Amino acid sequence: MNIVVCVKQVPDTETLIKVKPDGSGIVEDGIKWVMNPYDEYGVEEALKWKEKQGGDVTIISLGPARIMETIRTALAMGADKGILIDDPSLSGADAFTTATALAAAIKTIPYDVIFCGQRAIDDDSGQVGAVLAELLGIPSVTIITKAEVADKAVKVLRPIEGAQLSIQSPLPCVITCQKGLNEPRYASLPGIMKAKKKPVDIKNAAALGITVDMKAKVVKTIPPPARPPGKIIEGEEPAQKAAALVKLLREEAKVI
Amino acid sequence: MAKGIWIVAEQRDGALRKVSYELASAARKLADQLGEDVGAVLLGGPGVEGLAGQLAKYGVDKVYVAENAAFEPYTTDAHSLAITTVVKAKDPSILLLAASAQGKDLSARLVGKLATGMATDCTDLKIADGKLVAVRPMYAGKCYGEIVVSGSPQMASLRPNVFPLAENAKAGAIEKFDPSLDPAKLQTKVLEVMKETGGSIDVSEANIIVSGGRGMKGPENYGMLEELAGLLKGAVGASRAAVDAGWRPLKDQVGQTGKTVAPNLYIACGISGAIQHLAGMSSSKYIVAVNKDPEAPIFAKADYGIVDDLFKVVPEITKEAKKLLAE
Ligand SMILES: Cc1cc2nc3c(=O)[nH]c(=O)nc-3n(C[C@H](O)[C@H](O)[C@H](O)COP(=O)(O)OP(=O)(O)OC[C@H]3O[C@@H](n4cnc5c(N)ncnc54)[C@H](O)[C@@H]3O)c2cc1C
Ligand SMILES: Nc1ncnc2c1ncn2[C@@H]1O[C@H](COP(=O)(O)O)[C@@H](O)[C@H]1O
Repeated sequence: MNIVVCVKQVPDTETLIKVKPDGSGIVEDGIKWVMNPYDEYGVEEALKWKEKQGGDVTIISLGPARIMETIRTALAMGADKGILIDDPSLSGADAFTTATALAAAIKTIPYDVIFCGQRAIDDDSGQVGAVLAELLGIPSVTIITKAEVADKAVKVLRPIEGAQLSIQSPLPCVITCQKGLNEPRYASLPGIMKAKKKPVDIKNAAALGITVDMKAKVVKTIPPPARPPGKIIEGEEPAQKAAALVKLLREEAKVI
Repeated sequence: MAKGIWIVAEQRDGALRKVSYELASAARKLADQLGEDVGAVLLGGPGVEGLAGQLAKYGVDKVYVAENAAFEPYTTDAHSLAITTVVKAKDPSILLLAASAQGKDLSARLVGKLATGMATDCTDLKIADGKLVAVRPMYAGKCYGEIVVSGSPQMASLRPNVFPLAENAKAGAIEKFDPSLDPAKLQTKVLEVMKETGGSIDVSEANIIVSGGRGMKGPENYGMLEELAGLLKGAVGASRAAVDAGWRPLKDQVGQTGKTVAPNLYIACGISGAIQHLAGMSSSKYIVAVNKDPEAPIFAKADYGIVDDLFKVVPEITKEAKKLLAE
């Protein structure tokens, strides 16, 4: 089985995000870059499928040169090879452009299933997986917490508000991964050594034959609204404090 | 030229979801600024047309209805194909969906089908120079972005529970359309719908969230939070520590790798306020923290803080709230 995993490099969740004074983006100095947590579930699922069915896992990532490190992390976890798409014209790529580039690269290799994260925790857009599926002309099942493969089809579990859906899709398809799907493994030391020798293809926009056509743009980045300083409710007894709180919530905040 | 502010109405089991009215209200506001009409796409099984009138109440001028058994239950394929057909035929300038479980799935597929751009999970919409400017949290709310979509239609998905409802009755004329569904293209199938029992509200849709972390000590103690949440008609949330310990279901996790929420009131009990947790809830209108550690970072975000043992404080809050609500 040929398995593809789309992996994005994002700032570590510990990162304090600082907005550039001119609103043109975030300050990137000092950021620790890691694999998007939802993509870790994708890599893990791919490796589990490979262990069960046999096959080959390809990692694909779009971004600047630093993303090689994230591709190597996935290779160290056990993936077989990588494709790195790097082109200055793709910096700040929106979902449609990102998916266009990923689709162009994926079309050059055999694939039975493609895993993506349900969203990237930097732009939080949650679009690329489904757009990619559309561009490849295959179905998508998104934000899923369980996947079972059998006979050229996959059965997934998808939580929605107040219910869970069991959905079946033929393969090939795009699956976007949600927390709960599995427990991603850590790279082992031998894995890290082996990863250094695994092949990674580097491609640019011209090699993929794509022209960049951005459909959405972040025109301004702004810090979140500042919160006014809060009040610590003083009192002798818990009951007193609770009463004061409930009064404030009713009379000052007017939320209960 | 593209014209009209459209929404995709969301219904389940024969009833419109509240977020559909939020979408209609937001669309009406934009339409009035631009001097355009509001359209709504409504898909469902036979009889769904009957829901059109309720959309009209919130400002929809025209409802585009398609009835087909393939629309129940929702599938990505059937819905995205039908909406693409009618959007391509009528060419609206703006298309709004809910950033709900269904809307997230559907909107992303539509971005592909319509080859356009979208601002996901928006918390505000503005018009500048005749174009939509969508405001949305990024990095789970550690910053916000203003997005301009150059593709057509300009798409945005709206975070549930953020946009105010505004009644503003319009005609709600009905235009039926043929979704021209090609059965060969309906590839995914819903095998089963497993409803949760208990009828609790999802944190993403709740006005009030009572959330518990590692300080709750164990799953058996959440009954206390459920009681308070039930009283306030809210939902119970959790930190990742509580979810990873298996005390609470994953769907309740708030934070950077859980749900980003913005209720009117967020009560954090025994939650330290790690940056990943704050990312998911700091845009709540009011935040209350109950924590015995006065140095806990959650207090930096809280409007009201109580430094004390939550096991003593929470039952007292419930008691006081009961008294108040009985009045
Ligand atoms: C990649 C990544 C993603 C993450 N994503 C998320 C996420 O989405 N959401 C999330 O929440 N976390 C997330 N985390 C985890 C986060 O870093 C914290 O570990 C987690 O939020 C801590 O949960 P907590 O506040 O419940 O526990 P703790 O930090 O252990 O805090 C427990 C608090 O309870 C208080 N307490 C204890 N007993 C009592 C009592 N009797 N009365 C009153 N107070 C009491 C303590 O003083 C303490 O402040 C993520 C971490 C990583 C690495
Ligand atoms: N630059 C990228 N390179 C590789 N995969 C990506 C990239 N951007 C997004 N993806 C994939 O698409 C998923 C959703 O991303 P997004 O739509 O940006 O939230 C991610 O979890 C990745 O699997």
